[in-house]
Order: sequence, then C-alpha cells, then structure tokens
Amino acid sequence: MLSEQKELRPEAHPAPQVAQSVSQAPERPTPKLEPKPVKAPSKWTAKQRDWKGIARHGGLTLLSLAVGITLWHVASENSWNFGINFRNVPTPGEVLTATVENVTDSEFYVHIGVSIQRVLTSFVLASILGILIGILMGRSRTARAMIAPYIEIFRPIPAVAWIPLAIYMWPTEESSIIFITFLGAFFPIVLNTLHGVQQTPEVLVRAVQSLGANQFAVFRHVVFPAALPSISAGLAIGMGVAWFSLLAGEIISGQYGIGYFTWDAYSMVRTPDIVLGMLVIGLLGTVSTAAVKMATRPLLAWQERTR
Amino acid sequence: MLDVLKFKPPTSEGSKGKGQIVIDEVSVTFGSGPTTHQAVETTSLNIAAGEFVCILGPSGCGKSTLLNAVAGYQKPTTGAVTVDGKAVEKPGPERGMVFQQYSLLPWKTVYENVAFGPLMAGHTRTEAGSTANTFLELVGLKKFGDRYPAELSGGMQQRVGIARALANYPSVLLMDEPFGALDAQTRLMMQESLLDIWRQFGTTVVFVTHDVDEAVFLADRVLIMSASPGSIIEDVRVPLPRPRSTDMVSTPDYVKTRTFCLDTIRAESRRAFEEQNK
Repeated sequence: MLSEQKELRPEAHPAPQVAQSVSQAPERPTPKLEPKPVKAPSKWTAKQRDWKGIARHGGLTLLSLAVGITLWHVASENSWNFGINFRNVPTPGEVLTATVENVTDSEFYVHIGVSIQRVLTSFVLASILGILIGILMGRSRTARAMIAPYIEIFRPIPAVAWIPLAIYMWPTEESSIIFITFLGAFFPIVLNTLHGVQQTPEVLVRAVQSLGANQFAVFRHVVFPAALPSISAGLAIGMGVAWFSLLAGEIISGQYGIGYFTWDAYSMVRTPDIVLGMLVIGLLGTVSTAAVKMATRPLLAWQERTR
Repeated sequence: MLDVLKFKPPTSEGSKGKGQIVIDEVSVTFGSGPTTHQAVETTSLNIAAGEFVCILGPSGCGKSTLLNAVAGYQKPTTGAVTVDGKAVEKPGPERGMVFQQYSLLPWKTVYENVAFGPLMAGHTRTEAGSTANTFLELVGLKKFGDRYPAELSGGMQQRVGIARALANYPSVLLMDEPFGALDAQTRLMMQESLLDIWRQFGTTVVFVTHDVDEAVFLADRVLIMSASPGSIIEDVRVPLPRPRSTDMVSTPDYVKTRTFCLDTIRAESRRAFEEQNK
C-alpha cells in the first residue's frame, strides 16, 4: 500500500528547536567541516521557562492586587470625595472583619446555599429548554420563523425590568426569582445552540446519509456534536448571566440569598457586608462558570487534540 | 497486495454483477421564475455493472449535480435514476459517496468513522469494528485508527473516506472530485491505489473530475460534459488495457484519447465563452 510516513503532516515531526546557545556568535570561527552537534532542547529548560513565566506573571498579578487594595484603603480611610464619594465605602480591613464574622455565622451559608440552589434550578431548566429550542430552530425553518420574533423581542429586556411583572405573574416569590434567573441564562444558551446547529457542515450530513444514517442518527452523530462547542460556550455565558439576573431577583423579594444579603446590608447600613456580598457573588459566578467549562470539556476532547 | 477474497461480504458473493445505473431523461433546474437556472439538461445514460466511468467537464458544468442525482441528494426536476432496477429517492449505503474533502466526522476517530456505516446497517460493535479494521488495512491506514481525521494529511483522509464508503459493500461508488485538493504526487498514488481497490471489488465507479489526465487514466468511459446547461456531449471509450500503469501515459492510445478529450473541452469552452459574450 501507500507509504504512510510521506503523507504525515509536517506538524507530526516538528523541526528540532534550535537551542539558544547556538545562536550566540562563537568566539573563534570553527571549521565548517566539523559542525557541532546541535543539542536537542531539554524538556527541563522548557519547564523552567514555564515556571519563570508563571512566577513573573503571578508576581505581577499579586503586585497589581496589592496596589488596588492599598488605593482602596487610602481612599476610604481618608474619605476621599472627588465626585465619586468614598465616605461610606468600608476599608479593606473592615470588610475582612465582616468576613470573619460572617463565615462563623451559619446564616451566611444559608444565604449562599439558597442562591446556589436557585441558580442551579434556573440553569438546568434554561439548559434543557435552551438547547432543545435552539436545535429545533436550527433544523426547522418553520420553527425559526415562529420562535425568532419572541427571542428578538425578549432578549434585550434586562432581568431587572422583569421584576414587577414577575411578581404579578408567579404564585410565589421563589418562583418569580427562578423565572428571572432562568431568563438570564436562557437567551445565551438558545442563541449559541442555534448558531452551532446552523454551522453544521452540510457535507457531513450528506456523508452520513450515504452511510445509512436516518434522521435521528444524523442529529445524534452530526448536528449535535457539530453544535457542541458553541453550546458549551453558551452554557458558560448562560451561567454567568444567571448569577447576574439572580441578584436582580433576590433584591426585590425573598428573605434568603446572597443578593438579599447584600441588599439587606444596604438597608441596615452595614457597609462592609455590602462589599462582602458583592465579592461572594463575584466568586460564585467565576467558580460556577469555570465548573461549566470543565464539565463540558471531555465532550470536546477531539477539538483539543486536533487544534 | 491483499487477498481479494478477504474483502468479500460474508453474506453474498460480492458486488460483482451489481451496480447498474440507468439515468433516464434526467434534468435538474434550480430556482423558479426569472432566476431559473438549468444545471443539467435532459440526459439519458446507461452505466454497466462494474464499469469505471469518469464525468469530465469544466467547473460549474453540472457534473456534480448529476452525480448528486445518482447519490439521492438532488431530486431530478424531470426523469428518474435507477440503480439495479430500484428507483433512487434518497441517499443510501448501497451507493457509497466520496467527497472532495473534509467529509469525515471530526469528532470520531478514523476507526469510528469507518465503523459508522456497518453500525448503521445494524451490525454489532464487534462486527463493525472488524469490518473497519479490514478496510483500514485495505487502504493502508490500520495503524492510524485511533487518530482523529484532522491529525491526518489530506491524502490519508481521502483514503479513510474511501474505506468508509466501501465498508458498506456498496454496489456503486460515487466520487466527487475526490483527489482535487491533493498535491500532484499524492494524487497519482491515490489514483493507482483506487484502481487496485476497484479491481478487487468490481463495484461500479462514477468519478467526477475536471482533470483530463485523471479521467483518461482511470476510466473505461469518459463522459464529457458541456457547461450551462450541462449535458453530455461525448461518450469516449478509453482503449487502454487493464491493469493500468503510469507508463501507459506515453502510449499512442493514451495520447490520442487525451488529445481528443482536450480538444472537445476546449471547443466547448470557446463556444460557451462566445455565448456568454453575445
């Protein structure tokens, strides 16, 4: 049969990287007939370089954070007021004290737990519905014509704007909060799924049809995997927006939740708790988005290997 | 070369004698009203079982459209295609298809791509797997089964594409400029390799190309198509013996056939060009 080696992509045999020492000019001209053996770059030096980079960038990150916190401290300690007023902004030290107080209080964890539960419920609902409707719209022109106008009208409406109507429409406060959070997650998921499905290369659909695939198999083996990178991006964005919307929902109603905690701290003028609430929200949003990305990663292994 | 008998399907005596294609008064028109475009003019054709036919023509002449009608992707506006007496209504595994490029499923390994057809046909995983291995061996890529398509070169991907189509033991193999995106050396190797495989299987091959040398080297019959609307203007028998080898390209028969094809296409292109300028 044909030679396999010849056809291998050049990337499969990367040219040996020239070691850095070689590029330095030799002190004396060396005879050309006896070239020095080029040293293969050792893995150790590459690793060391990596660590150096991490150390340098990590150092920069820490330095930047230290500067930011110091500025914050100075600004609130001296009650700076130059248009932006720092008089009621707690110092980093006060926020730290509030943090220590709260982490020893079990109610703080109830707030966090309730918020996580709401986000998860809304996110799961938004994922199921968003992916289903996105796929439906991507594969059927009729569905697209019928659903797209609603998406276009409702998508730009921010979560906060839904608050009054949600209170009227839903039987409990809990359900209106979940509805608002759901809306936030739903639109990015549905739009990304739709986009992913529309990106399905038609030649792949034809190819599997010629291999005996029925409509379901076309969907399962072509349309869905083709849309997966886009769907998982939508899920990660949806998770971020879900937190964003949850806060809006929790501010108007409820007696638990980290958004309620933050708003309650405002009403009670516990300014350090406001900042603590904000920081917790940011942290939860970041961690959950990273969790979604990690969860979808195994499904996209083929992409990583071929990138 | 590998043993011929090894690749016969276990259930029947192979695809020999099957794969007769009848194209009966087929025409294809796209669009309606003022934007109507006739891609294929009414065409009738008989392709015998086991024949290797090349459809040769300039880009945009409708040769792919005609092939798609046989594949079942394109419903003819008039007329009908039958394969072994059965009307073609949709794509099916008895008509294997090889595309120009990028038609392997990128999220499946090479092995899974080739095993896909047998799995769809209802074979068990084990059966499909051994069929996949057999065909990967046939195209010389057994070692690459656990790679993803993008990790392979263009030529290797096309060999997987051929293995994947053959794994269903099709009676007809339809190829749409399968080597068009390959470099000249790889293309030559692929052509010889394809002739080898075809000799072992005896499937009917309909091969679309715009490369005159490729058509004459591979085919029993070269069908030359003219552009807009596409129609077959010449049906050329290639008088070269089988098995073919690359040194035949200097024989008088080869040169004569090639010159005839080239002249026909050139005259046709000139006519089309003048028509456009009217």
